Amino acid sequence: MNILIVDDFSTMRRIIKNLLRDLGFTNTDEADDGNTALPLLKSGKYDFLITDWNMPGMSGLDLLKEVRKDEKLKTLPVLMVTAEAKRDQIVAAATAGVNGYVVKPFTAAVLKEKIEKIFERIE
Amino acid sequence: MSKHETDHQGLDSEVTDKLHSQAAALVEQLNAGDYAAAMTVINDLSEVRDRSLYREVGRLTRSLHEAIRNFQIDPRNDEQSEALSKMTDASDRLKYVVKMTGKAANRTMDLVEEAMPLASSMRDEAAELRDEWQRLRRREMKPAEFRALYARIDTFFVTLNHDANATYENLSEILMAQDFQDLTGQVIEKVTTLVKEVEEHLLSLVMMASHVDKITGTVYEPVDEERKTESAEQGVGPQIKADELGNVMSGQDDVDDLLSSLGF
Repeated sequence: MNILIVDDFSTMRRIIKNLLRDLGFTNTDEADDGNTALPLLKSGKYDFLITDWNMPGMSGLDLLKEVRKDEKLKTLPVLMVTAEAKRDQIVAAATAGVNGYVVKPFTAAVLKEKIEKIFERIE
Repeated sequence: MSKHETDHQGLDSEVTDKLHSQAAALVEQLNAGDYAAAMTVINDLSEVRDRSLYREVGRLTRSLHEAIRNFQIDPRNDEQSEALSKMTDASDRLKYVVKMTGKAANRTMDLVEEAMPLASSMRDEAAELRDEWQRLRRREMKPAEFRALYARIDTFFVTLNHDANATYENLSEILMAQDFQDLTGQVIEKVTTLVKEVEEHLLSLVMMASHVDKITGTVYEPVDEERKTESAEQGVGPQIKADELGNVMSGQDDVDDLLSSLGF
């Protein structure tokens, strides 16, 4: 399974990449904001998107909206991993069609649980 | 009288004395019908006003300059002094914080990534040897197998010693990599102090401006300011005081509750 990790901080991408590797997901790529992520996603290579919210250029929410607009990508599972924790924001992400929402700082267990939950629902 | 004193707050007593004496002279000359002299006094009065204004601006400029110049931190070694000597403003300092924290996080993760395979190979080898050892104790082992186990245990002890040492070294380096907190903490505190100083100076500048308005009798039309508000769409970053704010989730459990109420 190919996973795209989108976050403007390389350290956070690295942490997520390491956690995913521990969970047995070794095929991961990285992008530093929505603008760089979108063309990668449109290549059709990815099965799962993990994105931050607050990024320069295109935000994670806008990326999510673009993904849901795209005919080929609209069913792509999207997990938001972000420090954004306002009620309105979570509602906005849910409305935009996010599949899971993890607030930073998070633990390996929480990330694992949310990812598993997303795939349970898909299968 | 007390209201009078409040109005003069922020102005030098030299200036207020002059205002008093010149106002008196103005009244005197007007009463005497000497309008030319009265005009001169009015000119002098506005000059006093301008001078006190310039003096006040000059004072604020000096203290601002002082605050910026005092904004230095003590470098501890050559590398730091080189890095810090270049930093003359707060944004550079904050960039330095981002760089330092990034470096420390990557250093830590390098060391963790090195240590993890060592730990898992120690665990795996120990588990296999334990199983073999159990077989030996149950006398299920052939002499050839025993000889192989004997050699393997020998190797294991050597490797164990080496790997445990390497892991220990990595752990202590991880410990050391946390020194960024101290360094960046100092820088951030300096920036915070500067921001506070600038805020105080700006506040007195605003107060002075209002004094100037009062002295000169300037009245402004209220301006409709388009206030730039944080956009939830764009994202606002970590919530620093999540517990104190009603519209902010204080953790993953709250988020989960909210999402499940939305049918997730």
